[in-house]
Order: sequence, then structure tokens, then C-alpha cells
Amino acid sequence: MKTASTFRELEPEGPRVRVRFAGRDLLLREGGNLAAELLAAGVTPFRRTPVSGAPRAPFCMMGACFDCLVEIDGVTRQACMCEVGPGMEIAMPFAERDGDA
Amino acid sequence: MDSDYAIIGGGVVGLSVAWGLLGRGRSVTVIDGDDGSFRASRGNFGLVWVQSKGMNQPRYASWSQASVAAWRGFAEELREGTGEDPALRQNGGYDLHFSEETLAETVARYEVLKAKLGGNYPYEVLGHNELRMEEPAIGPKVAGAILHHQDGHANPLKLLRALAADVRRRGGRVLNGKTVQSVSRNDVFRIECTDGTIVEAARTVLSAGLGSAALGPKMGFRAPIRPQRGQVLITEKLPKLLNRPSLLARQVDEGGVQIGVTNEEVGHDDTVTVEGIAGIAAQAIAAYPVLAKAQLVRSWGALRVLSPDGLPIYQHSREMPGAYLVTCHSGVTLAAAHARFLPDWLEGTAQAPDLEVFSEDRFDLS
Amino acid sequence: MRDADLVILGAGPAGMAAARTAAEAGLVVVLLDEQPRAGGQIYRDVERAGERRAAILGADYLKGADLVRDLPHPNIRHLAGATAWQVEEGRRVAFTLDGEAELVEGRRLLIATGALERPMPIPGWTLPGVMTAGAAQILLKQSGMVCEGAVLAGCGPLLYLVAAQMCRAGTPPLALVETQTAADRLAALRHIGGALRGWRALAKGLGLLAELRRAGVRRYTGASDLAVEGGAQAQALRFTAGGRAHRIACSTVLLHHGVVPNTQVARSIGVPHRWDDAQRAFVPERDPWGRAAGLEGVFIAGDGGGIGGAGAAALAGRLAALAVACDLGRLSPGERDRAARPLRAALSRELAVRPFLDRAYPPFAGALRPGDDTLICRCEEVTAGDIRRYASIGCLGPNQTKAFGRVGMGPCQGRYCGLTVTELLADANGRSQDETGYYRIRPPLKPVTLGELAALAASQSKETAE
Ligand SMILES: Cc1cc2nc3c(=O)[nH]c(=O)nc-3n(C[C@H](O)[C@H](O)[C@H](O)COP(=O)(O)OP(=O)(O)OC[C@H]3O[C@@H](n4cnc5c(N)ncnc54)[C@H](O)[C@@H]3O)c2cc1C
Ligand SMILES: Cc1cc2nc3c(=O)[nH]c(=O)nc-3n(C[C@H](O)[C@H](O)[C@H](O)COP(=O)(O)OP(=O)(O)OC[C@H]3O[C@@H](n4cnc5c(N)ncnc54)[C@H](O)[C@@H]3O)c2cc1C
Ligand code: FES
Repeated sequence: MKTASTFRELEPEGPRVRVRFAGRDLLLREGGNLAAELLAAGVTPFRRTPVSGAPRAPFCMMGACFDCLVEIDGVTRQACMCEVGPGMEIAMPFAERDGDA
Repeated sequence: MDSDYAIIGGGVVGLSVAWGLLGRGRSVTVIDGDDGSFRASRGNFGLVWVQSKGMNQPRYASWSQASVAAWRGFAEELREGTGEDPALRQNGGYDLHFSEETLAETVARYEVLKAKLGGNYPYEVLGHNELRMEEPAIGPKVAGAILHHQDGHANPLKLLRALAADVRRRGGRVLNGKTVQSVSRNDVFRIECTDGTIVEAARTVLSAGLGSAALGPKMGFRAPIRPQRGQVLITEKLPKLLNRPSLLARQVDEGGVQIGVTNEEVGHDDTVTVEGIAGIAAQAIAAYPVLAKAQLVRSWGALRVLSPDGLPIYQHSREMPGAYLVTCHSGVTLAAAHARFLPDWLEGTAQAPDLEVFSEDRFDLS
Repeated sequence: MRDADLVILGAGPAGMAAARTAAEAGLVVVLLDEQPRAGGQIYRDVERAGERRAAILGADYLKGADLVRDLPHPNIRHLAGATAWQVEEGRRVAFTLDGEAELVEGRRLLIATGALERPMPIPGWTLPGVMTAGAAQILLKQSGMVCEGAVLAGCGPLLYLVAAQMCRAGTPPLALVETQTAADRLAALRHIGGALRGWRALAKGLGLLAELRRAGVRRYTGASDLAVEGGAQAQALRFTAGGRAHRIACSTVLLHHGVVPNTQVARSIGVPHRWDDAQRAFVPERDPWGRAAGLEGVFIAGDGGGIGGAGAAALAGRLAALAVACDLGRLSPGERDRAARPLRAALSRELAVRPFLDRAYPPFAGALRPGDDTLICRCEEVTAGDIRRYASIGCLGPNQTKAFGRVGMGPCQGRYCGLTVTELLADANGRSQDETGYYRIRPPLKPVTLGELAALAASQSKETAE
């Protein structure tokens, strides 16, 4: 789930906050774009599709493709449309799907 | 002549009838409209349903029951033919109530109907706690529910696709993107489309949904059909949340929760209104509070095809012998009956079901 | 419910310029954008870009700072972070801001929702690590992030721009795999006259190519058979070029072959659209002021009305604002026309280069009609072969394939499959794109939680109860 990121921050300075993604702690730039910050932290994939379970990660970064979906406080959100806040609890959406339906 | 039967309208009703006729070795041509036409078959709620139907006309209840009982075999045959499974689930369904009073009133009416049906109306009443055992997601505002064991649901889009594929596989000829403008009869029926296409057939079935209102009178039918808008919502795909369908919400086989449905008399207007969808969203949350956090991905408005009393119309044309009007509000529920039993009625065999009460003549009385 | 003379959807160059012009004419404007800051796609976060980013992104990007600086005005209410999810009767907009749904009603509506990158379905395009070139640029603009060892594939000016920006950031792409051919270039020369009138754009393009050459970026042209390899992550880009098969190992592939109008809002309220063969996309029908055909009081400006670039977008925004001001009695027709004249002249200069660009960088044919196994609907995972099969059982248009195969039913609402489905069906049925048509777009334009939606029912019934 976490690999060495190919994304690099040109201005890595600035305050960071602790955020949990799928059970692991990450230090992300406060107020940064959540999808970007997760990419920089090496998170991939962001989710698995409910149809086939295929891995997905951000594609458009402009709120149009919905491949960056994550679950924040029980609500599915587009990570590329969210800003990082302290203590965010983030999960992969649909994680507990039982595959029965 | 092109075929034994010309079917005008390729929605779930026309295709079910065509499929049944093809199964009996009849040749069939289906003529269907364009991509933008009103199609109830594309916008419905997918219930394969018995409860609350025919409260004033037991024959409608028993006709629905016959269809529901035939649905499993029908679905199986479609699946064998096409590999497409219409996702039929028949484990019962609920009528949810937010007050003890409405629940009791409904039960009283069900008892009357049950007696008229000779006792064949298997339902039970669940109080809040019993319901909660069955449906953990149910909220505190729900007083209870009627669980009817003959109820169920299917995926109406998969049904439509399977029918479209299997009608072709069985040798049916399907003309898409055509609009029938006139029907005449000499030795055979001559059906003319706006683009000049002509189809000739020995018999013809008018099953054009709302389009039947305009064509019907030209073929000797009253066809008193009107549109009624229903707005429907569907959420993102969710983990299993609802076990059984209700009239308010059901979880479809792909995972989304479908929420319905408004009843609005607004003519041929199938737009979605904020007021309409906000209202049904609020109702669904009252029933299942966890839905408040679910994302709505799509909503739509679709037009019901309604007769004055909401019951189907099965009518033989006196003016044009060999022409039949077939239309109903619950085309998904009745798909199996239309596929399995209606061909006998069209062909006038000894097994023909008695559909007298569904004749247009009933509208003379009022 | 809020109200305004003019509600504008989208705070890109078109929306910002329109807001300012309308406000100066005395109109009360509500400007909504789902982004936390004004700028749109091209000027994303321009007001926050420091010197380092500015140097990488270039002078064109910094131009946007003026528009953003001009935005504050007593008549303009900019609702940043407001996602519009439904437009009713052309006037009333439902949106979500800070987790709450609200309504705003305007006497006029301007749709300035811009462009989307054209979907580029090739095998493997859904793998993590595959993004659009625009996405890489957004990472740079918004987050100051660059991506190492990427391959850019596709065609068009934006591809060069992103490549050059990556070079300036010190992370040049491994290669530029271009799909346009020498024949395209030749055919485009027919339009060179127009292009020379818009010489600035052309000169910029040549400058970018020189930059890439200096940085030593490998370029392949006339590439075909593009496919991304990988399991959990992109691992390589495969393609054919110059008669040879190539494979470049990389974990990031950035795709781009042009931008197309984002027509979701206009479609959702029934604005008629027609197929534009040169842009190979649907465009809404409008008059020269941007007034949408067949609807009272709705205007469309910027790339959402047809691709013209940022300069054209701002000019079209101003023209629409003048027309609205005149409609609402703030300007006389004479004043409106006088103010419009120089704007129109500038607009035609901005648009002069388009025919050349459209011809020189046509969309990648292999992605317009992908092979049967390629996924074309990312959300519902439907393949091109599925669409062809639905055509064989009678689907003439995208609304029937949607019913048959869920294509276009997912959360993206068809943004990344709609044009592909139209093209595939048109091809399979031997009908034109216009005859084939497009999805009926339904609310919500962007997902909204049921809770947010239901709160609106409560507040509405309270209003009527009171
Ligand atoms: C919101 C809603 C919810 C519903 N829920 C349920 C449910 O849960 N369970 C259930 O059983 N039923 C339900 N229904 C009802 C069900 O959808 C309909 O009974 C059924 O779809 C009717 O099918 P049809 O074929 O008669 O009509 P349609 O699907 O409307 O098809 C009519 C066809 O005729 C064609 N046509 C029309 N005019 C012409 C012409 N002149 N020439 C050629 N072709 C023409 C059209 O192109 C169209 O394809 C619901 C309906 C709605 C609107
Ligand atoms: C990813 C990308 C990158 C680009 N980069 C460049 C570049 O570097 N240089 C260049 O010359 N051209 C670039 N273009 C083209 C450029 O975007 C356009 O020419 C120009 O921005 C068009 O301006 P506009 O005002 O029409 O729309 P945009 O600038 O796209 O603005 C539209 C705005 O509408 C908002 N919006 C859309 N839907 C909703 C909704 N439902 N609710 C609320 N808000 C909404 C969006 O958030 C956006 O801010 C790019 C295009 C894209 C898609
Ligand atoms: S990356 Fe496309 S919506 Fe977020």
C-alpha cells in the first residue's frame, strides 16, 4: 500500500499533521490537497473498485474521474477535492464489502 | 407478409410478449422507438411485487401472483438462452409503516383481500423489534412492517437486456429507431413508420407504453393512458445494508441503494426536481438512518404508463380483428405472465387466461 | 435561499472575467466554484504560487493573477468550495458548501465550467500511476509537486507545455510519445494562414519544442498501439512507432490528447448540442453572446462552449456579461455593442490558431475506437467490446447502452466515457455522432450525500409551513 513515491514536493517545508489512512499514520502538509499529499506519501492504490476489485489511484486531479475516492468519517469523498486536516481518519471506501451482492 | 405478429413497442411489455410468441414458434417483428423516447422500462424500481396490488380487484392480485410464481422459471430460461441473469431475488418484501395506525389499517384491508383470494396471501406483520432483527439498518421511526412472502425484486435493466438479446436469438426481427405512425388492415396489417418503413403482419400487438395513447384510437382502442412521473434515486455502491426490498428502498444486485418513488401528475415531463428528490431522500433516511452518509450518484424521473384505475388493459380490437392492446403499470412484475400466459390469450387457445376484467369495457361503466 | 442578478458556475478565466464585467455594470453576482480558490484549470492556485512555481509554470500562467486580483468587488460574492449539483429551470442552482446543501437563484445563469481532458482509453489506462497530463500539471500548480521518471503520451499543445514545465522543474519526462503523424502536420499547413494571425500561440509552441530539445527529451511521433503494462501499478508503456515496437519502463504514464467542453451542466438542463467535427466533440448551441439556444436566460462562456483557450474564455465571459447587463437593463444595446466590439476583434485573433491546432494534433485514433478488451467506462468497468455487443442487440444511442450495461451510470456521470460511447455506437451502427446522440445528464452533477439533500426538504417544508 505504501511504496517509495515518484512524486516529489518542491517546497516540503510548512507544518505537517498526523492523518490515518487505512490504519497507518502519515504526516501530511496541513491544508494541502489530500490526493496530492497521499501520493507524495507513497499511498497506492487509494481504493479498489466495487465492480472488479481493481486498484485505482488519482487520474484527473480535478474532481471529474472519481478514481481518488476515499472514505472520511464514513462518507465517500474525492480526495482531490479535499484539504488535509489534523487527525483525519481515512479509509478505503467499500473496504468491508462482502461480495455477496 | 413479414411475420405472424407485429409488436409495436419494444419495452419490457412488448419484448416479453414477443419472447413468449417466439417460444411457440410464431414469427415476430418488434418495432421500437428511438434512444430518447419515454421508456418506463429503463426507469423503474425493479420490484417483482404482489402486496398492495388489486386491493379493489382480486383478479389483479391473483394475476400478479401467477406472474410472480412463474418468474423464477422465466428468469432461468432467459439465463440459459443468453447467459444474462436478471438477478431475481424472491425472499419477500416490506411495506414499511411509520405509525401503528396506518399499519393496522393496511392489515385490515389485506385481510379482506386474503379472504377473497381463498387464503393465498402469505404475509406477516413485524413490529419494530422483529423488523430490526431482520433489518439491522432500520431506524427508530419505523413502527413496523408488513412482510409479504411473495414479494421480491429483480434487476429491470438486466431483464430488458436479456429480453432484447433473446428475442433476437429466438429469431425475432427487431427494428429499432422507428416510430409507427399508422396502422391499417386489409388482408393483413400494414404498419407504417415515419421513415417510410412498412411492416406487414397477420396480427399486431400494440404495446407502445405511453405511445399507445396516440396509436390506440387509430386501431379501435380507447387506450385511456396517462403518464405519471416517478422520481428515483440511487446511491453509490455500498456494502450489504438491506436484506429485503421495500416500497421505499432496495439494494440492487450491484450494491447501490435505490430509493423511490414520487407520484406526480405532471404530464409528459420527466425532469428531476430538488423538492422531489429531497423529499424521498428524507423518507429513506427516516427508514434507514445510515443512508444519510451515503452519496447520491444518480437520480432520474420516469413516466409510469397508467390506466384510469391503475390496472392493466388487455383488449382485442373490435374494429380491427387481430389487433390487441397490451399495457400495464407493473411491467416488470407481469413480465413472466406476459411471456408465459398472454400468448395463449392472443392465440385464443384452450389454456387462455381469463382476462375479461382487464378489458377496456370497464371504463364504459364510469 | 440566496439570490442574485447573475449566478456564474465556474471561476476560471471565463467566470472571473464575466463576474468582474457584470459587477462593474451594477449587477449582483454570485460566483460558485468547487475549488477552494479562484483560477479554474489553467490558473489553478495562481495567487498562492511562490517564485519557484511561477518560474516553472511560466508567464502565461501568471497572467491569471490579474483576473484573480480583480475579483474582489462589492457586487461579487465568490462562494469558493461550492459544488453545484443541480440546476433547475435554468435558474436555480443547488450546491453544497461546507457539508451543507443550499440553493441560489439568479435572474440569469452563466455556465463557465470549462473543459475536461478528452478521455484516452487505451489498455491499462485505469492502472494506478496512469494520470492525465493535466493532472500532473495540477499537482505542480496546486501542490508544488513534480513527478519523476514519467512518460508523456498523446498529442497537443498542452502535452508540450506540461513536458516543458517538467523540464523546468528539473524532472524531465523519460520520453514524449506522440500520436500525431507527419500527414497530420501536412494537412494542418492548409490552416497556417489563420495560425499566423494567432502567431503568438504558434511561436510559443515552437519555443516549447526547443526547450524539450535542449533538455534532451526523447520524442517519438506517429505512435500507435499504445498500452500500459502493469498489475497493481503501471510498469511500462508499450507502443509502435517508426515501424518498431517499443517498451519504456516507467511507473507514471501521463496521457493527453486534447481537451473537450465539459457539457454536463448544459446537458442537464436540455441545451441542444451539436457535433463539431473539427474539435471532435459536442458543443452547446449558442448565439454570439453565448446565450444558450432554446432556454431563457442561460449563457455559456469559455471552453465549456467550445475549446478556445484561456484568452478566448475570458473574452467570451466578458461578452456574456455585457449581454446579461443589457438584458437586465443596466446597459443600452448601443453601450453593449460598443463595449463588445474590441472584445470580438480580440476573440477572433485568439481563435485564429484553432483550426491549425485541431488539424495538426487530431485525437489518437486508437483511443477514439479502442479494441474490444479496452475498458472505456472507468466507473462501471465496461469495455469497448461490450458497447459493440449492445449495438448488435439494437442500441442506437448511449441511453440504451447505459440501461443495458451501466456504462455512464457511475459517479463520474459519463464524463470519461460519454464521447467514446457515442463514437463507438456511431461507428458500429453506421450513423453520425449527431444521430447517435449523447447521455441524458441527470442530477446530481456531482454526488451529494442523502443527508445533505434531505436537509433541503426539511428547510423547504419549514419555509412553506411558516
Ligand atoms: C418510476 C417507476 C417505477 C416503477 N416501478 C416498477 C416496479 O417496481 N415494478 C414493476 O413491475 N413495474 C414498475 N414500473 C412500471 C414498469 O416500468 C412499466 O409497467 C413498464 O416498463 C411498461 O413497459 P412498456 O413496454 O409498456 O413501456 P415502455 O418501457 O415505455 O416502452 C414503450 C416502448 O414503445 C416505444 N414506442 C412508443 N411509441 C412508439 C411508436 N409510435 N412506434 C414505435 N415504438 C413506439 C418506445 O420507444 C418504448 O420503447 C415503474 C414505472 C416507473 C415509471
Ligand atoms: C487539467 C487542465 C489543464 C489545463 N492547463 C492549461 C494550461 O496550462 N494552459 C492553457 O493554455 N490551457 C490549459 N487548459 C485549458 C484551459 O483550461 C482552458 O482553456 C481555460 O481554463 C478555460 O477557461 P474556463 O473559464 O472556460 O474554464 P476553467 O478554467 O476550466 O474553469 C471552470 C471552473 O468550473 C468549476 N466547475 C466545474 N463544474 C463545477 C460544478 N459542478 N460546481 C462548481 N464548480 C464547477 C471548476 O472547478 C473550474 O474551476 C487546461 C485544461 C485542463 C482541463
Ligand atoms: S483524481 Fe479524478 S476525481 Fe479525484
